[in-house]
Amino acid sequence: MGGGGGVTRRLMQGSAAVAEAAIAAGCRFFTGYPMLPFTELLECMAARLPAAGGVCVNAASEIEAINMALGAAATGARSATGSCGQGLALMQEGVAELALNELPLVLFNMARGQQDYFQATRGGGWGDYRTIALAPKDVPEAVAHTQLLFDLADRWRTPVLLYGDYVIAHTSVGIEVEPVVFPPLPPKDWALDGTMSGTGRARQIWTWNRGKPNTPGAGPDAAWKRIADKYAEIERAEARHEARDTEDAEVLLVSFGTTAVFVDRVVEELRADGLRIGSFRPVSLWPFPGSALAEASAGCRAVLVYELNAGQMVDDVTMHAADRSVVRSIGGVSQDASGMRQGDLLDLGALRARVREVIGR
Amino acid sequence: MTEVTATGPAQVPEGQAVVEFSPRLLQSPEHELCPGCGHPVAWRVVLEVLEELGLANRSLLICGHGCYTQMMKLSDIDSLQCLHGRAPAVATGVKRMLPDTAVLTLQGDGDMVSEGLHEVLHAGARGERVTALLFNNGVFGDTGGHLTATTVLGQRTKTSLEGRDPATHGHPIDVARLLAQLDGTCYVARGAVNTPGTVARTKRMVRRALELQMEGAGFTFVEVLTMCPTGWFVPTPEGPDYLEETMSATFGLGELKAPGGP
Ligand SMILES: Cc1ncc(C[n+]2csc(CCOP(=O)(O)OP(=O)(O)O)c2C)c(N)n1
Ligand code: SF4
Ligand SMILES: [Mg+2]
Repeated sequence: MGGGGGVTRRLMQGSAAVAEAAIAAGCRFFTGYPMLPFTELLECMAARLPAAGGVCVNAASEIEAINMALGAAATGARSATGSCGQGLALMQEGVAELALNELPLVLFNMARGQQDYFQATRGGGWGDYRTIALAPKDVPEAVAHTQLLFDLADRWRTPVLLYGDYVIAHTSVGIEVEPVVFPPLPPKDWALDGTMSGTGRARQIWTWNRGKPNTPGAGPDAAWKRIADKYAEIERAEARHEARDTEDAEVLLVSFGTTAVFVDRVVEELRADGLRIGSFRPVSLWPFPGSALAEASAGCRAVLVYELNAGQMVDDVTMHAADRSVVRSIGGVSQDASGMRQGDLLDLGALRARVREVIGR
Repeated sequence: MTEVTATGPAQVPEGQAVVEFSPRLLQSPEHELCPGCGHPVAWRVVLEVLEELGLANRSLLICGHGCYTQMMKLSDIDSLQCLHGRAPAVATGVKRMLPDTAVLTLQGDGDMVSEGLHEVLHAGARGERVTALLFNNGVFGDTGGHLTATTVLGQRTKTSLEGRDPATHGHPIDVARLLAQLDGTCYVARGAVNTPGTVARTKRMVRRALELQMEGAGFTFVEVLTMCPTGWFVPTPEGPDYLEETMSATFGLGELKAPGGP
């Protein structure tokens, strides 16, 4: 379907669109171990990356994948991998290692639902680090986030994560993937390519930052303090959110990722019924947009957290809401029979009824 | 238990500075490893070969966790210290991005055969064009002398106090033999550093492996049996003979696989 100005949209599955976005962003190394619904992204990268001059390796485990991706990242190449929650659990050793080596990497969690919020925002690796995590609500946003994440990873020299899911991976939309231009980045003067060997100033990447005799490193204490300061700076600079109808809201509905599409619809309907309700969505799960939430929730008599898990993001919402006593969870564990995606609770009628029940209207 | 005897610093022939003995790719000869440790001898061989083959300024080292990590720190080679056991996976990502660079992995028996057997076997099967080095002393030296997957039968360690008994601790793994069976590997050899003769032979193995890597022939592997008198709980001067009687007796030396036959 041709649009105005010669823009051509193609009907693409979310996984293919994300793959195109990664390649447009300059990703040249991709690896993964099949696991639905991440598998489709791996397939798309395997099909397309070689033609773009890159390499895609079908790894023999998620542990192998994250370590291969780390190796590629250490050479300065834009590198990525991913999985679903269980596979990412295996990858945590490498995520921590990337963070403490200050190596950029993009991780795709094509999650089987919403139960990986803690994993995405708290991580499971060792040491003091955080992972920038963006949770798109639909395929176009996933495409934009993918390109942004490659930039953020390089800019802050840190692993970053896209929190997608079955809906993003499998929804087909008409879309055009264009490379986005970001502000210039500093040169990767830390990357290893073997050419400094034998010069007396060989480079070394090591989480303990010990350096070599000719170029001593800062050592773990100083290095890790600096890295902790960097994450504090990221926390101030990179929080992203979306707020709707919050100015006069007395009820605020908070959700993340693809469920936000349902939330916004319900907010529209309830507004039409005369309810002063608004919605808030952390676009970055970490850094959590805490001050924006405090502002959006000021004066609300109810802050309702709709997430399809046993209650994970509710911790962050409670920490930052203007009045923590009005925070209530209205989601819950909800998985469909296949185990691959959200279950019955992801339903407009059910959500509307649940909101009305909780606020007594 | 045998008492561990300490020796003094290495004796340097009169009029010669230690530095003259050092390969150019070493930024400092001052390491913190035990007297009698075999790792520095084995590593010296590698540095000499890199220099002799003209690979000095296009070589990259991926190093595991063990006493040999010291060698990475002192070497004038672009280096990446990676997670325990994962060097062959990390090297895969590196080499795929830098196909013209000499990529070496350095691991011990604990790192490669205990923690990382999966990674090395798959890298070998994929035929990654890297040179994997195994400094095998049959113990976790770094942690203080514990049982690894290559500890020979009868060897006493802090976690096999009465000696490795197959009924309790199982059998040692000969990873070179496993690798030699894989179609992706093109060169598999095992040397040692307990005598001048074995050192010279090991050097030829490392040279062959690196040459084949640069020819793009496939996965190359050199295991080097190294002394760990501290971890074995034997007096330092007995290390080389002890290696001969125990490790070399279990893991035979020589080329297990080479283009055109070993
Ligand atoms: C994941 C992990 N587990 C355990 C350790 C602790 N550790 C450090 S070195 C080492 C063993 C080293 O053994 P080997 O590779 O044989 O080297 P050697 O010291 O004998 O030369 C271990 C277990 C670690 N660093 N990381
Ligand atoms: S413990 Fe063993 S391997 Fe480690 S430095 Fe001492 S002798 Fe060498
Ligand atoms: Mg060892």
